[in-house]
Amino acid sequence: MHSLVSLSISYPHTSPVIARSNNTFEHSLVSPSKPRNLRFCGLRKEALGFSQLKRFESHRVLVSSLRHSKKLSASLSDNGSPPKSFDYDLVIVGAGVGGHGAALHAVEKGLKTAIIEGDVVGGTCVNRGCVPSKALLAVSGRMRELQNDHHLKALGLQVSAAGYDRQGVADHANNLASKIRNNLTNSLKALGVDILTGVGTILGPQKVKYGKVGFSDNVITAKDIIIATGSVPFVPKGIEVDGKTVITSDHALKLEFVPDWIAIVGSGYIGLEFSDVYTALGSEVTFIEALDQLMPGFDPEIGKLAQRVLINPRKIDYHTGVFASKITPAKDGKPVIIELIDAKTKEPKDTLEVDAALIATGRAPFTKGLGLENVNVVTQRGFVPVDECMRVVDADGNLVPHLYCIGDANGKMMLAHAASAQGISVVEQVSGKDHVLNHLSIPAACFTHPEISMVGLTEPQARERAEKEGFEISIAKTSFKANTKALAENEGEGLAKLIYRPDNGEILGVHIFGLHAADLIHEASNAIALGTRIQDIKFAVHAHPTLSEVLDELFKSAKGVSGDCTSPGKGNSRHNHYQIRRNRILKELAFFLRKVGAAILEQLVF
Amino acid sequence: MLTLRSAQTLQLTPPRLLRPFSLLYLIILFISLYRFNSIQLNELIKPNSKTLNSLSFYTMASSLLQSRIPAISFSSSLSSGIQWRASAAFPAKPRRKSSPVQAKIREIFMPALSSTMTEGKIVSWIKSEGDVLSKGESVVVVESDKADMDVETFYDGILAAIVVGEGETAPVGAPIGLLAETEEEIGEAKAKAANSSSAPSTHPPAASTPPPPSAVAPPPPAKAAAPVPTDGPRKIVATPYAKKLAKQHKIDINSVVGTGPFGRITAADIEAAAGIAPSKSTIANVASVAATPAPVAAAPPPKAAANNFVEIPGSTVVPFTTMQSAVSKNMVESLSVPTFRVGYPVATDALDTLYEKVKPKGVTMTALLAKAAAMALAQHPVVNASCKDGKSFTYNSSINIAVAVAINGGLITPVLQDADKLDLYLLSQKWKELVEKARAKQLQPNEYNSGTFTLSNLGMFGVDRFDAILPPGQGAIMAVGASKPTVVADKDGFFSVKSKMLVNVTADHRVIYGADLAAFLQTFSKIVENPDSLTM
Repeated sequence: MHSLVSLSISYPHTSPVIARSNNTFEHSLVSPSKPRNLRFCGLRKEALGFSQLKRFESHRVLVSSLRHSKKLSASLSDNGSPPKSFDYDLVIVGAGVGGHGAALHAVEKGLKTAIIEGDVVGGTCVNRGCVPSKALLAVSGRMRELQNDHHLKALGLQVSAAGYDRQGVADHANNLASKIRNNLTNSLKALGVDILTGVGTILGPQKVKYGKVGFSDNVITAKDIIIATGSVPFVPKGIEVDGKTVITSDHALKLEFVPDWIAIVGSGYIGLEFSDVYTALGSEVTFIEALDQLMPGFDPEIGKLAQRVLINPRKIDYHTGVFASKITPAKDGKPVIIELIDAKTKEPKDTLEVDAALIATGRAPFTKGLGLENVNVVTQRGFVPVDECMRVVDADGNLVPHLYCIGDANGKMMLAHAASAQGISVVEQVSGKDHVLNHLSIPAACFTHPEISMVGLTEPQARERAEKEGFEISIAKTSFKANTKALAENEGEGLAKLIYRPDNGEILGVHIFGLHAADLIHEASNAIALGTRIQDIKFAVHAHPTLSEVLDELFKSAKGVSGDCTSPGKGNSRHNHYQIRRNRILKELAFFLRKVGAAILEQLVF
Repeated sequence: MLTLRSAQTLQLTPPRLLRPFSLLYLIILFISLYRFNSIQLNELIKPNSKTLNSLSFYTMASSLLQSRIPAISFSSSLSSGIQWRASAAFPAKPRRKSSPVQAKIREIFMPALSSTMTEGKIVSWIKSEGDVLSKGESVVVVESDKADMDVETFYDGILAAIVVGEGETAPVGAPIGLLAETEEEIGEAKAKAANSSSAPSTHPPAASTPPPPSAVAPPPPAKAAAPVPTDGPRKIVATPYAKKLAKQHKIDINSVVGTGPFGRITAADIEAAAGIAPSKSTIANVASVAATPAPVAAAPPPKAAANNFVEIPGSTVVPFTTMQSAVSKNMVESLSVPTFRVGYPVATDALDTLYEKVKPKGVTMTALLAKAAAMALAQHPVVNASCKDGKSFTYNSSINIAVAVAINGGLITPVLQDADKLDLYLLSQKWKELVEKARAKQLQPNEYNSGTFTLSNLGMFGVDRFDAILPPGQGAIMAVGASKPTVVADKDGFFSVKSKMLVNVTADHRVIYGADLAAFLQTFSKIVENPDSLTM
């Protein structure tokens, strides 16, 4: 609501700072530099975590003056054109979810777009990540239901022993990936995006070459370039991945075998999801976590509950505070051997002998061979440094014109949908609109059974920020046990947690653990993105009975939002006045009683 | 957090304590009420109903060690707890300092997680015995009537003993674990735990305190003795599930020989060591813990127990008669039926008046009651039904009232067939015949085994109420007590004396539910209270 108002007001207020020759009329109204908080769809910018990012006002002028729109047609685009003409308006290196999202939006904006892909369209998410893992998790969820006699009995169901066919499960995952990949490819082709096959390398400003190994390279020019090369599984030193018994998520998703006992190194999203899959299929799992507790990225309370539901009752044990310093694949009749050292002292702690080890220690950016040195960019631990608008920053701290980096390669938020959102944000910018993505409005989900989802800050993060900026935070929680739909499904285990500012009703973070949590989070993430406050969203109506009512309940249970009771109105103010007086009297009474009580206590005690 | 603290205080102040200091008590109560009501106004509106709160419990400074009161009763520790609370509420008091010094072993109590909670179930112990706890850490997860909550400790220490295990329930305020301050005290705490564990556990059958610690956790070391791997620090490899099972069944994993791949200990090895049937891969339930100490050595326990009855010299053994054997067999058989009981007071003044009137005509009280029951059964056929196969209702076409009769050295139940259809006088005559036949042991089988409902009356002995065992094959049995003059207050507050008898019906809950029985009893009571219909 707020954003709508501000949007309509700010139009007449803003005046173009610089004249741009060939902007379409609607763009000319918007100043490119000033109204930073004027966001397309009201995405607020006052997000945290951007403090380190500077604005490059002077540079922006330069960028803007070079910018031109292809709104009309390709032939017209040379009108009042900059000195050279480009092969493309936009070239995206990497056809993952980020590149795909950017390409689609670029076409919508009328840009002539090409996408360079050295491997298969779809990137990690579609081929080796989110998508096939969801297929496996769909299987594991059903297996869990069918194996849970107690649960079935409570529903009045009888099922004889459930079993699975490994190849069938693996095929399901593979088929899903290829189906989504085809959909993606077709959508790009249908929209007229050129898919250029080969490894893309940046040659210089606005110039890219691509080509397969052993073939001659093609050089193309583009007005703007987006790097969206993504990431690969990160394998720490000392770990020998053989793809059979010591594997990464890439291999695990093919589900070539289901070991009796698998060690999972890392208890983040990937590790957790795979533990869900493997234990459902009958494996026993040992987690190895370098930090002192499992699930380090999650809100502690959610993590605790999740551990109680997802780890403790399952055939899982764990070692925390240890590194896997050396992992040797199974060979010569020996099992997989994992040497553990203390994460702090580095002293040897233990040795594990397991049937397989899955390395889920996170992902490393895939930026080698990109030719970043040609534009004087130095990666930081492989990540491409960018500013808040995804513009690439070079070694001297200056912006590289016309070069953007989105997704895992910039490491801001390694999530497929974050990459896509960043891509869309970049396209908005190159087509002349200011746009800063609020990363705190990007939800994340872990698809265990039940699911975990979150958006915004965790409680410790919020407390830290509150302390620094000097405001209060409050916490509200609701249980799935109170939700009709959850109880109907006999899945009452779960918690939703809201972290908010009572002074203005701003939602700082929402964390959900429970049935379909991943689908439930969007009400909260949209609220954060649109700046909706608790005092407003709590009046939104939810269908009954649905799981969404968990969030309804959550917002309604947020107490003490000042917007709540100070709303103007005669009846209200009188009521408030009465309340204040009553409270004062009560306080005085209590003070008196305390005195009396203390006196009497003293008498009695001594 | 504070909210719950005050809730805790409230809940922990039963009036019988501190009675001498009732004024103090009142004030404390008032203050806590005040705190409860106004300060935490917001949070208290929904104290912990739907939310999953993490809250702290009180490890009461119950002076287990140096306490002057040797027994650790809840009340003794409570009073010290109150002191502590009170001093915490008035921080200026220096009193506080002296008490924690004494308290080296603290009890962890079942917290009150909601205003309606009376007992809680331990969902899981997050920490296990021997774990070092620091203030604010979650120790145990408790399920209340509303939600599961993590319970945190207020003290640093070592979790010395778990008194109430996972899956068990304990009343609010009962100790569920012991917290020791130092390692030396763990042993002491454990001994305490062993002593106290029998008291608060919710499975009270073992009323007698078991012999000291060893009986509490008898690890089955049968196999342990065999091959202790003494060849240095050989590495023990056990799968995660095996470790879990071992912990659950209290098996020393070092004593188990692994038979899995690479010699690792698997769940099957632990199950074998624990002497339990291999589970079908599902999570073994807690109930199996009870079955643990029955490895190879102990023969089937029930028989062993039966044989262990002490023989007192000079006793004579008289074998059962056929009738007694039949009774015995029937009674044992009755144990397989899930029965329940509903009692009802019935005013009998009108019935007594009627009885006086019809007595000269040969009508007995038994006949009157049988008739009344039969008439009520006619309106509630389900109470006249029975469950023969565990899968279905058998609605009986006729109402046959069996009446329990004691005959020398035995018990038989002659049956008044079609008691609802015969009139009172015929019924009385029939009854007379049946009793005579029974005495002469001439009852035909259909005259004693065709009952659909049984009546047992011990009222003539002055028994005011009793509990009958449901004979197999029937749905319900009614136990009738004596009719006694009772003072009754009516709705206007006037007292009067009315004769009342208590009837108590035992029924098979597979077919007859509480509401059925209650409705039946209501009808029965109406018939007895307006008995004119009995003579019609």
